Amino acid sequence: MRALMMLSAAAVVGGLLILIVVITVQGAGALSWAMVTQLPSGGYYLGKEGGLLNAIVGSLLLAGGATLLAGVLALPVALYLQRDYGGDTRRANLVRMSLDLLWGVPSIVYGAFGFTIMLYLGMRASLLGGILALTLVVLPIMARAMDEVFRLVSVSLKEASWALGATRWETMRSVVLRQALPGLLTAVLLAFGRAIGDAASVLFTAGYTDNLPQSLLDPVASLPLAVFFQLGTPFPEVQQRAYAAAFILLVLVLLVSVGGRLLASRMSRFSADR
Amino acid sequence: MSSSSAPPDMQPPQMRDGASAGPPIDADRPTGGRLRLVMDRLVTGAVSAVSVAVALLTVSLVVALLVRSLPVLGLQSLAEMITGTVWHPLQGKFGFWPFIVGTLWVTVLAMLLATPACILTAIYLAEYAATGLRAVVRPMIDVLAGIPSVVYGLFGVLVIVPLVRDRLAPAAAEHLSGVPLLAPGKVSTGYCVLAAAVVLALMVTPVIISVAEEVLRGVSPGVREASLSLGATRWETVKHVSFRIAMPGLIAAVVLGFARAFGETMAVLMVAGNVAQLPGSLFDPAYPLPALIANNYGEMMSIPLYDSALMLGALILLVVVLIFNLLAELVLIWARRRSSQ
Amino acid sequence: MSHISVRNLTVAYNGHPALRDVSFDIPDRQVTAIIGPSGCGKTTFLRCLNRLIDVNNSVRVQGQVLIDGEDIFAPRADVMSLRRKMGLLSQKPQVLPMSIFDNVTYGPRLHGVRKRAQLEQIVERCLRMASLWDEVSGRLRAPAAELSVGQQQRLCLARGLAVQPEALLCDEPTASLDPISAQSIEQLFMELKNDYTVVLVTHILRQARRLADYLVFFYMGELVEHGPAQQMLSNPSDPRTRKYLEGVIS
Repeated sequence: MRALMMLSAAAVVGGLLILIVVITVQGAGALSWAMVTQLPSGGYYLGKEGGLLNAIVGSLLLAGGATLLAGVLALPVALYLQRDYGGDTRRANLVRMSLDLLWGVPSIVYGAFGFTIMLYLGMRASLLGGILALTLVVLPIMARAMDEVFRLVSVSLKEASWALGATRWETMRSVVLRQALPGLLTAVLLAFGRAIGDAASVLFTAGYTDNLPQSLLDPVASLPLAVFFQLGTPFPEVQQRAYAAAFILLVLVLLVSVGGRLLASRMSRFSADR
Repeated sequence: MSSSSAPPDMQPPQMRDGASAGPPIDADRPTGGRLRLVMDRLVTGAVSAVSVAVALLTVSLVVALLVRSLPVLGLQSLAEMITGTVWHPLQGKFGFWPFIVGTLWVTVLAMLLATPACILTAIYLAEYAATGLRAVVRPMIDVLAGIPSVVYGLFGVLVIVPLVRDRLAPAAAEHLSGVPLLAPGKVSTGYCVLAAAVVLALMVTPVIISVAEEVLRGVSPGVREASLSLGATRWETVKHVSFRIAMPGLIAAVVLGFARAFGETMAVLMVAGNVAQLPGSLFDPAYPLPALIANNYGEMMSIPLYDSALMLGALILLVVVLIFNLLAELVLIWARRRSSQ
Repeated sequence: MSHISVRNLTVAYNGHPALRDVSFDIPDRQVTAIIGPSGCGKTTFLRCLNRLIDVNNSVRVQGQVLIDGEDIFAPRADVMSLRRKMGLLSQKPQVLPMSIFDNVTYGPRLHGVRKRAQLEQIVERCLRMASLWDEVSGRLRAPAAELSVGQQQRLCLARGLAVQPEALLCDEPTASLDPISAQSIEQLFMELKNDYTVVLVTHILRQARRLADYLVFFYMGELVEHGPAQQMLSNPSDPRTRKYLEGVIS
């Protein structure tokens, strides 16, 4: 039995490692300095000059905007789920359940929903539309992660603050937020990682363009879609560039994820002992 | 008021009349206190308002997609469309059956591949692995859970599809001809149900392991030790104690993985082949529902009712995923009730 | 100095009574030790005095706690300033996730003290009162979590003193400390009781003997006996008190 378990553990971990190695080898081989510093030029999609700067910048803008917006919304929701606010009331349980449901909604559905709303508002595919759709994708992820982080803050610590005459909000602001900061940061970076890699939601809502966006209402390119579109062309040179785009995406996600963990462990210096 | 046993450098504390050290705390000053309370109330109100708005998002998702699907629903009945096998938007024929079947094939096969390996790995990590090993593998799994689906899709294109085309399909044609479902119908391109399922299985693996391992670790060590102290082996303890206690959580983990796989778009789109037909074997291409929606967004505005039909597709996807998540939720609530009794 | 008196206080969690009809006056500027076996309602009683009991929303409180004649459970009572008046020292030191300096100034800043010089003055005065100044004066900016547990508990005391409380509520304040740190905390109580009313919940009978001027014995949610410590220790009137003091029930 134990051998079987070790075998499956090895298979799972091994399979995932092979994935990283394959993408790295293929992608790094196709990568060049021009890829990350130039916009696509005229014959780019036939294999000529140019780079992916449009997609890199676009992805960062989309994911950054969505993370910011989702953070602004997720923080109050996570606070509401704590016992000092909504707590164990029926309404809080309803919110918690909705978050669980939203967490499982496929991103293509968020894309379709965003598209519907944009049609209704008369908006075109744009940076703003993409940010809104991506916000929906990462909001439940972030809120749930933050809820868990807040839950780790002990009631006794909050009581210590209340006992000094602080209100709930003052306690939240000065004690709980500070205690939870490393965890919150991890939650934010987790969401950023998810946002930058999501393709299905931006497919309808953000569009794709070879230019950098000049305003929130311009369409914008993204790395996942760059992978998808370039892989779909019949030219091997362009397909190579899809590998490079995937590699850039992978590196960004891994950087954010690993960096977030390291940063969080470093920041916990001021946290009171649990 | 003087402290008899105070150390020499200690000033006597002065309470009410302290001019020198008495800080002017004026907590009874009404405005300051009231302002703080008002602020507290405001924040509480804002926090609950935002939360309720977010909770209502679930409803608005369903409503918005429903409204957009009404045009096509007004022409054909839902049952007719779900069971219809002909997809011909130009003729106004929207039969979803091949796509629903394609989704089910790919997802169910992926779960069959992933679940045993994931549960075994989770048990190994939670109960057997040395702390050092877990300390390395656990964060790695979490990092892997964040890898974008296009990357999994690309891996499928680069590795899994050629593997299926050049090795598995010829082998199956040689040894399994005549076996239903397993024998390739014609020469396989590699872009097929099996390839999509393998990619999906790989993709949901970190998610399932992560949740399942957490659930298993949540089993209190006391119960485990009680079993061990009665002379049970480690595996017997896992089988009879940990596994039983953790069962609802494990089910929830698998359902979460299922929902994730069911709605996954890009990775599947890249490797499933996307032919609108009922797949006859694992080596036939399939056209899952999310792939259909993603593939046709460009032209859907140019053909009447096409967009409405695709939004209906999204709605079907949403409803199925919601039902599965609700089931998982109910299992967990039921388990919590049972254990608290 | 405010005077605390308790009138017919009854507390129930989800309908299960935790305190039944408790009435007595807490003597001013003395150490009042609340003793009794675990689960007898000691901590519940203490949490009523600063209304931290409110945190639990399945709790019901009846009766009155009067501070200078005003009922703290009255609907219009100002909980924030009540809590300022009632300093709390909990079982495990709960330092706030900030520097030593900020821990002490946290309370005063909430209550409107903003001037730098004043805050520095408060920090030095309170840390001296908690006899922690000499140990930390060189590293006031360091995270409070880096202090030893004993130092953390003294920091919590200094933090409580910084808001100028009138009473100190202490819930087994030495329970998580080593003997030497515990001794220094006890020493501080002896000094502080000249200026503050100290209410000390303890399950260590010897600690009560060492520190208490006044003793209150709870048993199964009921106030069994209260009186001057000397008298109660040498000649308890209730058989239950006698049994507890003799160690028959614990």
